[in-house]
Amino acid sequence: MVQIFMGAISLGLLWAIVTIGVYITYRILAIADLTVEGSIVMGAAIAASAIIRGVNPYIAIAISFIGGLLAGLVTGLLHTKLKIPSLLSGILTMIALYSINLRIMGKANISLLRMNTAYSAFENLGVNHNGAVIMVGIIFVGCIIGILYWFFGTEIGCAIRATGDNPQMVRAQGINTNTTIILGLMISNGLVAVAGALIAQSQSFADVQMGIGSIVIGLASVIIGEVLFGKRNFFSRLVSLVLGAITYRIIIALVLKLGMSANDLKLFTAITVAIALALPVFRSYLKPLKKSIKKAE
Amino acid sequence: MLSIKKITKVFNPRTINEKIALHNVSFTLKEGDFVTLIGGNGSGKSTLLNCVAGVYPVDHGNILIDDINVTNLCEHKRAALLGRVFQDPIMGTAANMGIEENLALAYRRGQKRGLKWGISNKEREHYREILKTLELGLENRLSTKVGLLSGGQRQALTLLMATLKRPKLLLLDEHTAALDPKTAQKVLELSDRIIQEENLTTLMVTHNMKDAIKHGNRLMMMYEGKVVLDIKGEEKNKLTVEDLLVRFGHVSGEEFANDRALLS
Repeated sequence: MVQIFMGAISLGLLWAIVTIGVYITYRILAIADLTVEGSIVMGAAIAASAIIRGVNPYIAIAISFIGGLLAGLVTGLLHTKLKIPSLLSGILTMIALYSINLRIMGKANISLLRMNTAYSAFENLGVNHNGAVIMVGIIFVGCIIGILYWFFGTEIGCAIRATGDNPQMVRAQGINTNTTIILGLMISNGLVAVAGALIAQSQSFADVQMGIGSIVIGLASVIIGEVLFGKRNFFSRLVSLVLGAITYRIIIALVLKLGMSANDLKLFTAITVAIALALPVFRSYLKPLKKSIKKAE
Repeated sequence: MLSIKKITKVFNPRTINEKIALHNVSFTLKEGDFVTLIGGNGSGKSTLLNCVAGVYPVDHGNILIDDINVTNLCEHKRAALLGRVFQDPIMGTAANMGIEENLALAYRRGQKRGLKWGISNKEREHYREILKTLELGLENRLSTKVGLLSGGQRQALTLLMATLKRPKLLLLDEHTAALDPKTAQKVLELSDRIIQEENLTTLMVTHNMKDAIKHGNRLMMMYEGKVVLDIKGEEKNKLTVEDLLVRFGHVSGEEFANDRALLS
């Protein structure tokens, strides 16, 4: 049981980075960006291909980050310059990335068994695999939260936040909303690619299919984080995303433990997210019902 | 100051829904002019303002602000010269951001934004001072989310944001139309005060004839995409609603009576 929890926490920490990326587009920019499904694989593909060629795993992660930035840039240009709706822009990049990821890897999957990964340094100190993933995960998540907290407080960061809120007003204040949208998409996908690189090294392989459903998992984690851990200020929001991602992983581990087939996981996740997104609607149905019950009393 | 030269704007050209919103409109504003712009629904007032602001590109003609030709400048670049307040109080502010954050965004209008901190402590003091002048108690709620404010408060804040960095030209697009009469009056008084204090060149669209007569030093009336009346100076000071209706009847050959303008 402890092992299951450790596994869930380690995986949750890595997926927390995906969650933060999804949060930037979905909540801050108010765009549902499906590029994530491709950029997470891209991160994994770049890191895996680099590592088997003997590149230092941390440098490999940095290259993955750049790859993710470019993926976000493409979606951003499609959306802002070519005026393609954001959802469709993301889908187009995602589909294009499938082929690009196959090109990067040269085949459908790459094994990283017995390779020197980002976790090796800790494993060599005698920490078990999950422990090493948790340590590296905490370092990465901590740095990312710190940097984002600073960045979204700067002039450019404020402009990006305002863009998702009211683009018309932002333009009236002399800000090019195309630039802010592109920047947001780039940062988001860069982070997701970093997560992909870390996940691939943790599971010891990169697979061209590994991104399927990642946007939904990210959304689920965002919503769980918001519902369970509040959203007072920006810092607590970022922390709530991490806790949300870990909670999601623990929930999944538990339902698997209870005997749900792993094949049904995506269905389970999709239904959970649908219900969570529909909560405000359910509430508005319930309100008049409650009132009429009270009256009847 | 502002010079509009023969601008034309057609929506849905060459379709059954073709609408000539602006037809060969020309006029110039002098530095410090405060123009009230009235006209019925669909007369082209808001289109004119949006063309000046760069929301829509014009089909023909030129727009010059302070001798800078801004005709082909996109909206966010023009913003450096303009302060804008919209009809809908929701339009002018970012609801999920704090009062101070909104002010800080406006404070940097027309400046390059970098990786400096979004708000400095020195600015905060400045914001507190100017918020005090609104007498709405907002100076003690700097970090309150703007979405929690009332329509009138938001509009007052938007007005402050539009003038925080002195604009070359202030555009007020029926900025009191969505407010209750008492709040509308307050916001109008506030607009008047700021415009006079800063001696701002202003173009204010309104539906209300009385307001249009009471405020500003010049009144223009639009009808079917054209400026049909342009009254300034002494003549403007002596103007009454009845005069305006009669004169409008002369130029348009129609009764103005069925319009919303009369109702308010």
